[in-house]
Amino acid sequence: MRDKIREVVLDYVIKEYMEDQDEEITYDTALISGGFIDSFSMVSLKVFLETKYQIKLPDDKATPEAFDTVENITDLVIEFLDKK
Amino acid sequence: MAYSDKIRSAYQEQLQGLKDQGIFKIERYIHSVQDAEIEVEFPPGAPLKKVINICANNYLGLSSHPEVVKAAHAGLDDRGYGMSSVRFICGTQDIHKELERKITEFLGTEDTILFPSCMDANAGVFEAILSEQDVMICDRLVHASLIDGIRLCKAAQDSFKHSDMAHLEEKLILHADKRNKLVITDGVYSMDGDTAKLDEMVALCEEYDAMLLVDESHASGFIGKRGRGTHEKCGVMGKIDIITTTFGKALGGASGGCVSGRKELVELCRQKARPYLFSNTIAPSVVAGVIRVLDILSSTTERRDKLEKNANWWRKSLTEAGFVLQPGDTPIVPVMLFNAKLSQDFAKDLFSEGVYAIGFFHPVVPQGKARIRTQISAAHEMHHLEKALDAFVKVGKKYDILGKSKKDITAMYGA
Repeated sequence: MRDKIREVVLDYVIKEYMEDQDEEITYDTALISGGFIDSFSMVSLKVFLETKYQIKLPDDKATPEAFDTVENITDLVIEFLDKK
Repeated sequence: MAYSDKIRSAYQEQLQGLKDQGIFKIERYIHSVQDAEIEVEFPPGAPLKKVINICANNYLGLSSHPEVVKAAHAGLDDRGYGMSSVRFICGTQDIHKELERKITEFLGTEDTILFPSCMDANAGVFEAILSEQDVMICDRLVHASLIDGIRLCKAAQDSFKHSDMAHLEEKLILHADKRNKLVITDGVYSMDGDTAKLDEMVALCEEYDAMLLVDESHASGFIGKRGRGTHEKCGVMGKIDIITTTFGKALGGASGGCVSGRKELVELCRQKARPYLFSNTIAPSVVAGVIRVLDILSSTTERRDKLEKNANWWRKSLTEAGFVLQPGDTPIVPVMLFNAKLSQDFAKDLFSEGVYAIGFFHPVVPQGKARIRTQISAAHEMHHLEKALDAFVKVGKKYDILGKSKKDITAMYGA
Protein backbone atom coordinates (compact mmCIF):
# COMPACT_ATOMS: atom_id res chain seq x y z
CA MET A 1 0.00 0.00 0.00
CA ARG A 2 2.82 2.39 0.88
CA ASP A 3 4.38 2.15 -2.59
CA LYS A 4 1.05 2.85 -4.24
CA ILE A 5 0.37 5.94 -2.11
CA ARG A 6 3.89 7.18 -2.72
CA GLU A 7 3.39 6.90 -6.49
CA VAL A 8 0.06 8.73 -6.36
CA VAL A 9 1.54 11.56 -4.28
CA LEU A 10 4.61 11.89 -6.50
CA ASP A 11 2.44 11.99 -9.64
CA TYR A 12 0.24 14.68 -8.12
CA VAL A 13 3.22 16.78 -6.97
CA ILE A 14 4.82 16.64 -10.42
CA LYS A 15 1.57 17.55 -12.19
CA GLU A 16 0.57 20.25 -9.71
CA TYR A 17 3.86 21.95 -8.92
CA MET A 18 6.58 21.29 -11.45
CA GLU A 19 6.71 23.98 -14.11
CA ASP A 20 10.11 23.20 -15.53
CA GLN A 21 10.21 19.76 -17.13
CA ASP A 22 14.00 19.67 -16.65
CA GLU A 23 13.54 19.49 -12.89
CA GLU A 24 13.59 16.02 -11.43
CA ILE A 25 12.10 15.20 -8.08
CA THR A 26 12.25 12.02 -6.08
CA TYR A 27 10.52 10.67 -2.97
CA ASP A 28 13.13 12.48 -0.84
CA THR A 29 13.33 15.84 -2.61
CA ALA A 30 12.81 18.72 -0.17
CA LEU A 31 9.73 20.21 -1.79
CA ILE A 32 9.01 23.21 0.45
CA SER A 33 12.38 23.95 2.06
CA GLY A 34 14.00 23.26 -1.32
CA GLY A 35 11.90 25.93 -2.98
CA PHE A 36 9.85 23.68 -5.30
CA ILE A 37 6.55 24.34 -3.53
CA ASP A 38 5.57 27.52 -1.71
CA SER A 39 3.72 27.06 1.54
CA PHE A 40 0.47 28.49 0.02
CA SER A 41 0.30 25.67 -2.43
CA MET A 42 0.03 23.14 0.37
CA VAL A 43 -3.68 23.94 0.51
CA SER A 44 -4.41 22.18 -2.76
CA LEU A 45 -2.21 19.23 -1.79
CA LYS A 46 -4.13 18.90 1.49
CA VAL A 47 -7.50 19.07 -0.31
CA PHE A 48 -6.26 16.46 -2.83
CA LEU A 49 -5.13 14.02 -0.13
CA GLU A 50 -8.32 14.44 1.89
CA THR A 51 -10.52 13.85 -1.15
CA LYS A 52 -8.48 10.98 -2.59
CA TYR A 53 -8.13 9.04 0.67
CA GLN A 54 -11.30 10.18 2.44
CA ILE A 55 -9.35 11.41 5.47
CA LYS A 56 -9.28 14.67 7.43
CA LEU A 57 -5.83 16.19 8.04
CA PRO A 58 -5.94 18.64 10.96
CA ASP A 59 -4.14 21.96 10.37
CA ASP A 60 -1.62 21.25 13.14
CA LYS A 61 -0.56 18.07 11.33
CA ALA A 62 -0.47 19.58 7.83
CA THR A 63 2.72 21.51 8.52
CA PRO A 64 5.43 22.52 6.02
CA GLU A 65 7.68 19.89 7.65
CA ALA A 66 5.10 17.12 7.25
CA PHE A 67 4.62 18.10 3.59
CA ASP A 68 8.29 18.61 2.79
CA THR A 69 8.95 15.32 0.99
CA VAL A 70 6.82 12.71 -0.76
CA GLU A 71 7.98 10.23 1.90
CA ASN A 72 6.78 12.50 4.71
CA ILE A 73 3.44 13.09 3.00
CA THR A 74 3.03 9.34 2.54
CA ASP A 75 3.73 8.80 6.27
CA LEU A 76 1.06 11.35 7.12
CA VAL A 77 -1.54 9.77 4.83
CA ILE A 78 -0.83 6.29 6.25
CA GLU A 79 -1.10 7.62 9.82
CA PHE A 80 -4.57 8.99 9.16
CA LEU A 81 -5.70 6.01 7.08
CA ASP A 82 -4.83 3.82 10.06
CA LYS A 83 -6.99 6.02 12.28
CA LYS A 84 -10.03 5.64 10.05
CA MET B 1 23.04 43.76 30.38
CA ALA B 2 20.30 42.25 28.32
CA TYR B 3 22.33 42.01 25.12
CA SER B 4 24.79 39.44 26.44
CA ASP B 5 27.87 38.11 24.66
CA LYS B 6 25.95 34.89 24.04
CA ILE B 7 23.13 36.74 22.27
CA ARG B 8 25.57 38.92 20.30
CA SER B 9 27.58 35.93 19.19
CA ALA B 10 24.44 34.09 18.02
CA TYR B 11 23.51 37.06 15.80
CA GLN B 12 27.08 37.36 14.55
CA GLU B 13 26.96 33.69 13.54
CA GLN B 14 23.71 34.29 11.71
CA LEU B 15 25.29 37.17 9.74
CA GLN B 16 28.40 35.10 9.04
CA GLY B 17 26.11 32.35 7.72
CA LEU B 18 24.70 34.80 5.15
CA LYS B 19 28.24 35.76 4.12
CA ASP B 20 29.28 32.10 3.85
CA GLN B 21 26.31 31.36 1.59
CA GLY B 22 27.23 34.35 -0.58
CA ILE B 23 23.86 36.05 0.01
CA PHE B 24 25.00 38.92 2.24
CA LYS B 25 23.73 42.12 0.63
CA ILE B 26 26.07 45.10 0.27
CA GLU B 27 24.89 48.61 -0.62
CA ARG B 28 26.54 50.68 -3.32
CA TYR B 29 26.71 54.34 -2.35
CA ILE B 30 25.49 56.65 -5.10
CA HIS B 31 26.74 60.23 -4.99
CA SER B 32 24.59 61.61 -7.80
CA VAL B 33 20.88 61.91 -8.61
CA GLN B 34 19.15 58.83 -10.05
CA ASP B 35 19.67 58.84 -13.81
CA ALA B 36 20.96 56.93 -16.84
CA GLU B 37 24.48 57.58 -15.56
CA ILE B 38 25.30 57.63 -11.87
CA GLU B 39 28.40 58.10 -9.72
CA VAL B 40 28.97 55.10 -7.50
CA GLU B 41 31.26 54.49 -4.52
CA PHE B 42 31.87 50.75 -4.48
CA PRO B 43 33.24 49.08 -2.51
CA PRO B 44 32.89 51.61 0.34
CA GLY B 45 35.86 53.98 0.32
CA ALA B 46 36.68 53.35 -3.36
CA PRO B 47 36.99 56.37 -5.67
CA LEU B 48 33.77 57.42 -7.40
CA LYS B 49 33.06 55.61 -10.67
CA LYS B 50 30.70 56.90 -13.33
CA VAL B 51 28.61 54.00 -14.63
CA ILE B 52 25.59 53.43 -16.85
CA ASN B 53 22.71 52.37 -14.67
CA ILE B 54 20.61 49.53 -16.06
CA CYS B 55 19.09 48.29 -12.81
CA ALA B 56 16.84 51.16 -11.69
CA ASN B 57 13.04 51.15 -11.70
CA ASN B 58 13.32 54.66 -13.16
CA TYR B 59 11.49 53.45 -16.28
CA LEU B 60 10.34 56.86 -17.47
CA GLY B 61 13.41 58.80 -16.35
CA LEU B 62 11.28 61.01 -14.10
CA SER B 63 13.18 60.43 -10.84
CA SER B 64 15.16 63.62 -11.27
CA HIS B 65 13.17 65.32 -14.01
CA PRO B 66 13.38 69.13 -13.57
CA GLU B 67 9.59 69.64 -13.70
CA VAL B 68 8.99 66.97 -11.04
CA VAL B 69 11.72 68.39 -8.81
CA LYS B 70 10.24 71.89 -9.26
CA ALA B 71 6.74 70.66 -8.36
CA ALA B 72 8.10 68.91 -5.26
CA HIS B 73 9.85 72.15 -4.24
CA ALA B 74 6.56 74.03 -4.62
CA GLY B 75 4.79 71.36 -2.55
CA LEU B 76 7.40 71.75 0.17
CA ASP B 77 7.04 75.56 0.17
CA ASP B 78 3.22 75.59 0.03
CA ARG B 79 2.30 72.64 2.26
CA GLY B 80 5.36 72.12 4.46
CA TYR B 81 7.79 69.29 5.16
CA GLY B 82 5.58 66.82 7.02
CA MET B 83 2.15 66.39 8.56
CA SER B 84 3.09 64.62 11.81
CA SER B 85 -0.07 62.57 11.56
CA VAL B 86 -1.78 59.60 10.02
CA ARG B 87 -4.36 60.41 7.34
CA PHE B 88 -7.53 60.14 9.43
CA ILE B 89 -6.43 62.33 12.34
CA CYS B 90 -4.93 65.45 10.76
CA GLY B 91 -2.82 64.15 7.90
CA THR B 92 -5.08 64.68 4.89
CA GLN B 93 -4.40 67.81 2.85
CA ASP B 94 -6.30 68.95 -0.21
CA ILE B 95 -3.40 67.72 -2.36
CA HIS B 96 -3.72 64.17 -1.00
CA LYS B 97 -7.33 64.12 -2.22
CA GLU B 98 -6.30 65.72 -5.50
CA LEU B 99 -3.71 62.96 -6.04
CA GLU B 100 -6.29 60.26 -5.24
CA ARG B 101 -8.66 61.77 -7.84
CA LYS B 102 -5.93 61.98 -10.46
CA ILE B 103 -4.85 58.38 -9.97
CA THR B 104 -8.46 57.19 -10.19
CA GLU B 105 -8.76 59.01 -13.50
CA PHE B 106 -5.37 57.80 -14.76
CA LEU B 107 -6.03 54.14 -13.97
CA GLY B 108 -9.71 54.25 -14.97
CA THR B 109 -11.02 52.98 -11.64
CA GLU B 110 -13.79 54.06 -9.22
CA ASP B 111 -11.75 55.36 -6.28
CA THR B 112 -8.24 55.42 -4.79
CA ILE B 113 -6.60 55.45 -1.37
CA LEU B 114 -2.95 56.42 -0.84
CA PHE B 115 -0.57 54.31 1.25
CA PRO B 116 2.97 55.12 2.44
CA SER B 117 4.22 52.51 -0.07
CA CYS B 118 2.86 49.77 -2.32
CA MET B 119 4.39 47.32 0.15
CA ASP B 120 1.99 48.83 2.72
CA ALA B 121 -0.91 48.75 0.25
CA ASN B 122 -0.29 45.05 -0.37
CA ALA B 123 0.21 44.37 3.33
CA GLY B 124 -3.12 45.99 4.22
CA VAL B 125 -5.57 45.33 1.43
CA PHE B 126 -6.32 41.61 1.92
CA GLU B 127 -7.02 41.75 5.63
CA ALA B 128 -9.25 44.78 5.09
CA ILE B 129 -11.55 43.17 2.52
CA LEU B 130 -11.50 39.41 3.17
CA SER B 131 -12.18 37.04 6.07
CA GLU B 132 -12.23 33.33 6.98
CA GLN B 133 -15.03 32.45 4.55
CA ASP B 134 -13.05 33.73 1.56
CA VAL B 135 -10.12 32.47 -0.51
CA MET B 136 -7.11 34.15 -2.12
CA ILE B 137 -5.71 32.43 -5.21
CA CYS B 138 -2.40 33.88 -6.30
CA ASP B 139 0.01 33.33 -9.16
CA ARG B 140 3.07 31.51 -7.82
CA LEU B 141 5.46 34.26 -8.87
CA VAL B 142 3.72 37.29 -7.33
CA HIS B 143 5.83 39.89 -5.56
CA ALA B 144 7.01 39.29 -1.98
CA SER B 145 4.87 42.16 -0.67
CA LEU B 146 1.70 40.43 -1.91
CA ILE B 147 2.84 37.21 -0.25
CA ASP B 148 3.28 39.07 3.04
CA GLY B 149 -0.17 40.65 2.72
CA ILE B 150 -1.73 37.26 1.96
CA ARG B 151 -0.04 35.81 5.06
CA LEU B 152 -1.56 38.53 7.23
CA CYS B 153 -5.09 37.68 6.08
CA LYS B 154 -7.30 34.99 7.59
CA ALA B 155 -8.86 33.90 4.29
CA ALA B 156 -7.79 30.55 2.81
CA GLN B 157 -4.77 30.64 0.53
CA ASP B 158 -3.98 28.81 -2.68
CA SER B 159 -1.88 29.39 -5.75
CA PHE B 160 -1.72 28.52 -9.45
CA LYS B 161 1.23 27.86 -11.75
CA HIS B 162 2.70 31.02 -13.16
CA SER B 163 0.44 32.41 -15.89
CA ASP B 164 -1.27 29.01 -16.33
CA MET B 165 -4.92 29.81 -17.00
CA ALA B 166 -6.07 26.19 -17.05
CA HIS B 167 -4.58 25.72 -13.59
CA LEU B 168 -6.22 28.92 -12.36
CA GLU B 169 -9.58 27.63 -13.63
CA GLU B 170 -9.05 24.34 -11.73
CA LYS B 171 -8.46 26.38 -8.56
CA LEU B 172 -11.56 28.53 -9.12
CA ILE B 173 -13.61 25.33 -9.44
CA LEU B 174 -11.90 23.78 -6.39
CA HIS B 175 -12.83 26.78 -4.24
CA ALA B 176 -16.34 27.29 -5.64
CA ASP B 177 -17.86 26.95 -2.15
CA LYS B 178 -16.04 29.99 -0.76
CA ARG B 179 -17.96 33.22 -0.17
CA ASN B 180 -15.58 35.57 -2.01
CA LYS B 181 -12.75 34.49 -4.28
CA LEU B 182 -9.90 36.89 -5.01
CA VAL B 183 -7.43 36.12 -7.79
CA ILE B 184 -4.08 37.85 -7.31
CA THR B 185 -1.43 38.62 -9.92
CA ASP B 186 1.31 41.06 -10.82
CA GLY B 187 0.63 43.02 -14.03
CA VAL B 188 4.27 42.80 -15.08
CA TYR B 189 6.45 40.28 -13.29
CA SER B 190 9.48 42.07 -11.89
CA MET B 191 11.99 39.23 -12.16
CA ASP B 192 10.91 37.76 -15.51
CA GLY B 193 9.57 40.87 -17.26
CA ASP B 194 6.55 39.02 -18.66
CA THR B 195 2.99 40.33 -18.62
CA ALA B 196 -0.07 38.76 -16.96
CA LYS B 197 -2.85 37.55 -19.28
CA LEU B 198 -5.34 39.97 -17.77
CA ASP B 199 -7.91 39.56 -20.54
CA GLU B 200 -8.12 35.82 -19.89
CA MET B 201 -8.06 36.34 -16.13
CA VAL B 202 -10.94 38.83 -16.29
CA ALA B 203 -12.96 36.32 -18.39
CA LEU B 204 -12.30 33.52 -15.87
CA CYS B 205 -13.13 35.77 -12.91
CA GLU B 206 -16.42 36.76 -14.58
CA GLU B 207 -17.28 33.11 -15.27
CA TYR B 208 -16.52 31.93 -11.73
CA ASP B 209 -17.68 35.03 -9.88
CA ALA B 210 -14.26 35.98 -8.53
CA MET B 211 -12.59 39.36 -7.95
CA LEU B 212 -9.23 40.23 -9.51
CA LEU B 213 -6.34 42.13 -7.88
CA VAL B 214 -3.40 43.28 -9.99
CA ASP B 215 -0.15 44.77 -8.66
CA GLU B 216 0.87 47.26 -11.33
CA SER B 217 4.09 48.49 -9.73
CA HIS B 218 6.20 47.52 -12.76
CA ALA B 219 3.57 48.71 -15.26
CA SER B 220 1.91 51.97 -14.17
CA GLY B 221 3.05 54.85 -16.36
CA PHE B 222 4.42 52.94 -19.35
CA ILE B 223 2.61 49.67 -20.21
CA GLY B 224 -0.26 50.14 -22.68
CA LYS B 225 -0.46 52.72 -25.46
CA ARG B 226 -1.14 55.57 -23.01
CA GLY B 227 0.93 54.07 -20.21
CA ARG B 228 -2.07 53.33 -18.00
CA GLY B 229 -0.86 49.82 -17.30
CA THR B 230 -1.30 46.14 -18.10
CA HIS B 231 -5.09 46.47 -18.03
CA GLU B 232 -4.88 49.01 -20.84
CA LYS B 233 -2.55 46.75 -22.84
CA CYS B 234 -4.92 43.78 -22.39
CA GLY B 235 -8.06 45.81 -23.20
CA VAL B 236 -9.67 45.38 -19.78
CA MET B 237 -9.62 48.90 -18.30
CA GLY B 238 -12.54 49.32 -15.92
CA LYS B 239 -12.73 45.57 -15.31
CA ILE B 240 -10.03 45.17 -12.66
CA ASP B 241 -11.53 45.18 -9.17
CA ILE B 242 -8.35 46.21 -7.34
CA ILE B 243 -5.13 47.71 -8.65
CA THR B 244 -2.22 48.29 -6.29
CA THR B 245 0.71 50.32 -7.51
CA THR B 246 3.70 52.38 -6.44
CA PHE B 247 4.95 55.92 -7.00
CA GLY B 248 8.44 54.62 -6.22
CA LYS B 249 9.22 53.39 -9.73
CA ALA B 250 8.09 54.97 -13.03
CA LEU B 251 5.80 57.53 -11.35
CA GLY B 252 8.62 59.71 -9.99
CA GLY B 253 10.51 57.13 -7.99
CA ALA B 254 10.27 58.79 -4.57
CA SER B 255 7.88 56.80 -2.39
CA GLY B 256 4.22 56.08 -1.79
CA GLY B 257 1.66 53.73 -3.27
CA CYS B 258 -2.06 53.14 -3.47
CA VAL B 259 -5.01 50.82 -3.72
CA SER B 260 -7.29 51.83 -6.58
CA GLY B 261 -10.48 50.06 -7.61
CA ARG B 262 -14.09 49.39 -6.63
CA LYS B 263 -15.26 52.17 -4.33
CA GLU B 264 -16.58 49.88 -1.59
CA LEU B 265 -13.26 48.03 -1.40
CA VAL B 266 -11.31 51.30 -1.28
CA GLU B 267 -13.60 52.59 1.46
CA LEU B 268 -13.05 49.38 3.47
CA CYS B 269 -9.30 49.97 3.20
CA ARG B 270 -9.85 53.52 4.51
CA GLN B 271 -11.73 52.08 7.48
CA LYS B 272 -9.68 48.97 8.21
CA ALA B 273 -6.29 48.74 6.48
CA ARG B 274 -3.71 48.83 9.24
CA PRO B 275 -0.77 50.34 7.32
CA TYR B 276 -3.13 53.19 6.36
CA LEU B 277 -4.49 53.66 9.86
CA PHE B 278 -1.22 53.39 11.73
CA SER B 279 1.40 54.89 9.42
CA ASN B 280 2.17 58.47 8.51
CA THR B 281 0.62 60.29 5.59
CA ILE B 282 2.73 60.76 2.42
CA ALA B 283 4.89 63.90 2.64
CA PRO B 284 3.44 66.93 0.79
CA SER B 285 6.49 67.35 -1.46
CA VAL B 286 6.12 63.76 -2.70
CA VAL B 287 2.38 64.21 -3.28
CA ALA B 288 3.03 67.37 -5.31
CA GLY B 289 5.72 65.57 -7.32
CA VAL B 290 3.45 62.64 -8.21
CA ILE B 291 0.64 65.02 -9.24
CA ARG B 292 3.06 66.66 -11.67
CA VAL B 293 4.15 63.23 -12.98
CA LEU B 294 0.53 62.30 -13.71
CA ASP B 295 -0.04 65.64 -15.45
CA ILE B 296 3.02 65.04 -17.65
CA LEU B 297 1.95 61.48 -18.50
CA SER B 298 -1.64 62.53 -19.21
CA SER B 299 -0.52 65.20 -21.67
CA THR B 300 2.01 63.20 -23.71
CA THR B 301 3.08 59.59 -24.33
CA GLU B 302 6.52 60.73 -25.50
CA ARG B 303 8.41 59.16 -22.60
CA ARG B 304 6.69 55.76 -22.66
CA ASP B 305 7.13 55.68 -26.46
CA LYS B 306 10.86 56.32 -26.11
CA LEU B 307 11.08 53.66 -23.39
CA GLU B 308 9.34 51.13 -25.65
CA LYS B 309 11.75 51.91 -28.49
CA ASN B 310 14.79 51.63 -26.18
CA ALA B 311 13.60 48.36 -24.66
CA ASN B 312 12.84 46.79 -28.05
CA TRP B 313 16.31 47.75 -29.31
CA TRP B 314 17.97 46.37 -26.17
CA ARG B 315 16.11 43.05 -26.27
CA LYS B 316 16.78 42.60 -30.00
CA SER B 317 20.48 43.49 -29.66
CA LEU B 318 21.10 41.12 -26.74
CA THR B 319 19.32 38.32 -28.62
CA GLU B 320 21.40 38.93 -31.74
CA ALA B 321 24.56 38.94 -29.60
CA GLY B 322 23.68 35.39 -28.51
CA PHE B 323 22.44 35.80 -24.94
CA VAL B 324 19.62 33.66 -23.51
CA LEU B 325 16.83 36.05 -22.48
CA GLN B 326 13.65 35.46 -20.56
CA PRO B 327 10.89 36.05 -23.17
CA GLY B 328 8.76 39.18 -22.80
CA ASP B 329 8.05 42.61 -24.25
CA THR B 330 8.59 44.97 -21.31
CA PRO B 331 11.58 47.14 -20.27
CA ILE B 332 12.60 44.36 -17.84
CA VAL B 333 15.01 42.19 -19.81
CA PRO B 334 16.53 39.32 -17.79
CA VAL B 335 19.79 37.90 -19.18
CA MET B 336 19.80 34.27 -18.08
CA LEU B 337 23.02 32.86 -16.62
CA PHE B 338 21.41 30.04 -14.53
CA ASN B 339 24.38 29.64 -12.16
CA ALA B 340 24.42 31.86 -9.03
CA LYS B 341 28.18 32.44 -8.92
CA LEU B 342 28.33 33.19 -12.64
CA SER B 343 25.62 35.86 -12.15
CA GLN B 344 27.72 37.53 -9.44
CA ASP B 345 30.99 37.33 -11.40
CA PHE B 346 29.26 38.64 -14.51
CA ALA B 347 27.80 41.65 -12.65
CA LYS B 348 31.20 42.41 -11.12
CA ASP B 349 32.88 42.40 -14.54
CA LEU B 350 30.12 44.59 -15.98
CA PHE B 351 30.81 47.11 -13.22
CA SER B 352 34.51 47.14 -14.17
CA GLU B 353 33.36 47.90 -17.72
CA GLY B 354 31.28 50.85 -16.49
CA VAL B 355 27.85 49.18 -16.42
CA TYR B 356 25.87 48.81 -13.23
CA ALA B 357 23.57 45.76 -13.11
CA ILE B 358 22.75 43.22 -10.45
CA GLY B 359 22.86 39.44 -10.54
CA PHE B 360 19.88 37.72 -8.92
CA PHE B 361 19.80 34.14 -7.69
CA HIS B 362 17.88 31.83 -5.33
CA PRO B 363 15.87 32.62 -3.21
CA VAL B 364 15.00 35.83 -5.11
CA VAL B 365 14.50 33.76 -8.26
CA PRO B 366 13.97 29.96 -8.48
CA GLN B 367 16.92 27.63 -8.00
CA GLY B 368 19.01 27.29 -11.18
CA LYS B 369 17.55 30.40 -12.78
CA ALA B 370 20.15 33.02 -11.80
CA ARG B 371 20.26 36.04 -14.04
CA ILE B 372 21.30 39.63 -14.60
CA ARG B 373 18.08 41.64 -14.58
CA THR B 374 18.42 44.64 -16.87
CA GLN B 375 15.91 47.47 -16.74
CA ILE B 376 15.71 50.00 -19.52
CA SER B 377 14.71 53.63 -19.05
CA ALA B 378 13.49 56.53 -21.15
CA ALA B 379 16.47 58.36 -19.62
CA HIS B 380 18.82 56.11 -21.63
CA GLU B 381 20.12 57.60 -24.86
CA MET B 382 21.35 55.33 -27.66
CA HIS B 383 25.00 55.90 -26.70
CA HIS B 384 24.28 54.55 -23.19
CA LEU B 385 22.65 51.44 -24.57
CA GLU B 386 25.40 50.86 -27.15
CA LYS B 387 28.09 51.14 -24.50
CA ALA B 388 26.17 48.79 -22.18
CA LEU B 389 25.76 46.29 -25.03
CA ASP B 390 29.50 46.40 -25.77
CA ALA B 391 30.20 45.63 -22.11
CA PHE B 392 27.74 42.69 -22.10
CA VAL B 393 29.31 41.25 -25.25
CA LYS B 394 32.85 41.64 -23.86
CA VAL B 395 31.96 39.92 -20.58
CA GLY B 396 29.83 37.33 -22.39
CA LYS B 397 32.85 36.41 -24.54
CA LYS B 398 35.04 36.15 -21.44
CA TYR B 399 32.71 33.49 -20.00
CA ASP B 400 32.14 31.91 -23.43
CA ILE B 401 28.34 31.97 -23.17
CA LEU B 402 27.41 33.80 -26.39
CA GLY B 403 25.32 31.64 -28.70
CA LYS B 404 25.12 28.98 -25.99
CA SER B 405 21.88 27.38 -24.80
CA LYS B 406 20.72 26.88 -21.22
CA LYS B 407 21.98 23.30 -21.45
CA ASP B 408 25.45 24.44 -22.63
CA ILE B 409 25.76 27.12 -19.94
CA THR B 410 24.68 24.84 -17.10
CA ALA B 411 27.05 22.13 -18.41
CA MET B 412 29.92 24.63 -18.12
CA TYR B 413 29.00 26.34 -14.85
CA GLY B 414 26.40 24.15 -13.12
CA ALA B 415 22.81 25.08 -12.33
